[in-house]
Amino acid sequence: MTIQELIKMINISGGSSEHDHIMHGKEITEKEIKQYNFLNLGPTHPATHGIFQNVLKMDGEIIVDAEPTIGYIHRAFEKLAEHRPFYQIPTITDRLNYCSAPINNIGWHLTVEKLLKIETPKRVDYLRVIIMELARIADHIVCNSVIAVDTGALTGFLYVFQWREKIYEIYEQICGARLTTNIGRIGGFERDFSENVFLNINSFLKEFPKVLSEFEKLVMRNRIFMDRTIDVGKITPERALEYSFSGPNLRAAGVDYDVRVMSPYCSYEDFDFKIPVGTAGDSYDRFCVRQEEMWQSLSIIQQAVQNMPQGSYHADVPEFYLPPKEEVYGSMEGLIWHFKIVMGEIDVPKGQVYHSVEGGNGELGFYLVSDGGRQPYRLHFRRPSFIYYQAYPEMIVGSMLSDAILTMSSMNVIAGELDA
Amino acid sequence: MENKISEAPEMYVGEGYGLTRLDKVVGLARANSIWPLPFATSCCGIEFMATMAATYDLGRFGAERLSFSPRQADLLMVMGTIAKKMGPVLKQVYTQMAEPKWVIAVGACASSGGIFDTYSVLQGIDKVIPVDVYVPGCPPPPEAILDGILKIQELMKNESLGRRSSPEYLQLLEKYGID
Amino acid sequence: MQRVVKVTNDYIAEAILQKFPESIRSIEESYATLDIVVAKEKIIEIITWFKTHEVLQFNFLTSLCGVHFPDKKDEELSVVYHMHSFINNIRLRIHVFLPISLPEIPTLTGVFAGANWMERETFEFYGVKFDGHPDLRIILNEESMTYHPLRKEYPLIDDSRTDKDDKYFGR
Repeated sequence: MTIQELIKMINISGGSSEHDHIMHGKEITEKEIKQYNFLNLGPTHPATHGIFQNVLKMDGEIIVDAEPTIGYIHRAFEKLAEHRPFYQIPTITDRLNYCSAPINNIGWHLTVEKLLKIETPKRVDYLRVIIMELARIADHIVCNSVIAVDTGALTGFLYVFQWREKIYEIYEQICGARLTTNIGRIGGFERDFSENVFLNINSFLKEFPKVLSEFEKLVMRNRIFMDRTIDVGKITPERALEYSFSGPNLRAAGVDYDVRVMSPYCSYEDFDFKIPVGTAGDSYDRFCVRQEEMWQSLSIIQQAVQNMPQGSYHADVPEFYLPPKEEVYGSMEGLIWHFKIVMGEIDVPKGQVYHSVEGGNGELGFYLVSDGGRQPYRLHFRRPSFIYYQAYPEMIVGSMLSDAILTMSSMNVIAGELDA
Repeated sequence: MENKISEAPEMYVGEGYGLTRLDKVVGLARANSIWPLPFATSCCGIEFMATMAATYDLGRFGAERLSFSPRQADLLMVMGTIAKKMGPVLKQVYTQMAEPKWVIAVGACASSGGIFDTYSVLQGIDKVIPVDVYVPGCPPPPEAILDGILKIQELMKNESLGRRSSPEYLQLLEKYGID
Repeated sequence: MQRVVKVTNDYIAEAILQKFPESIRSIEESYATLDIVVAKEKIIEIITWFKTHEVLQFNFLTSLCGVHFPDKKDEELSVVYHMHSFINNIRLRIHVFLPISLPEIPTLTGVFAGANWMERETFEFYGVKFDGHPDLRIILNEESMTYHPLRKEYPLIDDSRTDKDDKYFGR
């Protein structure tokens, strides 16, 4: 498509989306229009927190049928990944689930380490656990405070977001970035955590529980909140498994599947934590599961900080870990390794690996096919949002329009992850 | 804290009256009560949430009231990647806004496509709508977004009253196929 | 109920070879995961068998995706199923190879509801036609898209980009 064709296409469709009159690929009939109301919700509706389009077939205020349309920020991650060397892919994974970018980064690094059979020192594992659990808290803060906003409580959102800034500050001190962190490298971290980082983490551990419990008191047993969320957007565990749900949404339905426990990575087996499980699979349970997960994350971070092992902050793999800049500029060997890594002259094994981590939204998997080149031959992201958002129509049919909005925010669908 | 009000434009002041140009007064009013329409699609939208929240507080600049309806908005803030599928929607939202309207492209994706140099991404929103201010960064920190807002305020303050009906402006719109 | 069998990769390989001896093209183990290549005619039957098997119980479809190997004659496209048994905590990868001239495979939507969008995505990216899929349409790109972008012959960038001077990028 040339630029002229593109502009022409955009002008012809003139904005009125073709999906307005079409549902499930079929034209909406006259008879249906007489009988029902059709509502086009999105793609830029303010209540949907991102760009999701849903064509709703409604009988009064009750939803009879729904069809989600996705792909409004399809950015071709998987194609892009085939054109980037291994060490440049964290920039892409960052932008999958941007609410908890470090988990995606570390998940990718773990996948490459699995392919290359790199053993990381214990200290790297513990530092990674701290970062990932902080990211999980940051992710759940957004989701839960937004559920509260959708039920009419803006206070909680403004309040807890200040503590999200604290997490950003910790990221900033580690790697210099706030949101899309690009944290870590293959084999470990670029540099060790400074004294200041640990001071900040400790003060976060001390102050945040107070805030979190205040937020809980504000919302969790609030009559309005409970009336709005209980029995809204229900899914049974059987259906959830059919739809390959994972993460907090699956656990809220009552299935205790957590990748951190089932296939531990990053020394998660060293930590003592509980997996919160819901019973009803409704929006309220999803809120509570996320809330409890934040408490568990705090405890994991506490344990990691207390038992932090000494040692190196990266694995001893000069073939894949970029040497420090002083060595690159000051020694021949350093320069050669740097050159070899950047120019991709190091052979990687052929093969295929699948590795998954427990992301903010569920099982975040990386299926990597390597043909020995410097780029992946094929990289498929298992994106939990994409997989469980399919169940959305089933979950909202029969409920009210306002419940549909709440169901969506309690599922925590992240547009970047959804559309790849 | 002292309650700071925005500075008055240059005036000829006498007893009980002040004389100034109408466009200065209009500019002052526009600049200090922006109603932004957040068109947040991805990562930059999360940083915009941080900008709106307590720590950075966009409300300090008179832009507290987000207008989710394009009809009542005067600043379109495009934050995040615009895919080709999204292009028509963006254009429709822009045409629905009433004049005078300004556009700010927040982040590398909205400005130029950013790292997503791929078949599915629009390489900068200025391919489909005119843009006034570009904010760099991937994503820009809230400070940078605030800086962009301040730049927009400068534009609003200094815009002449006739600009929106000038032939140059109409030509610009025509270039984008907007009547 | 107490389980007596410890399910290992060898156990799975033995069981599947016994049940579907003529449909299994190859079985190998890489990075502690079993890779099974099966014939496309039997794929649904095999996955259903895995799902309902009283010991194995592969109850979770982790992911479904396609891969393109332009150099493999008559096996250009492959569809990869990742499955996970929660009970035994073991993962499994099933491959099906298809010729690019006739990329047709039965749909999995009858077994796992979650396969729906994953199959639509695979159809969009690689052009694999899933027979019997309830709604096989393009899902991520515009519906007017005429090619399958993740096939290796198509470039990453299309020519709507005008500001790039190729001589600066070594192309």
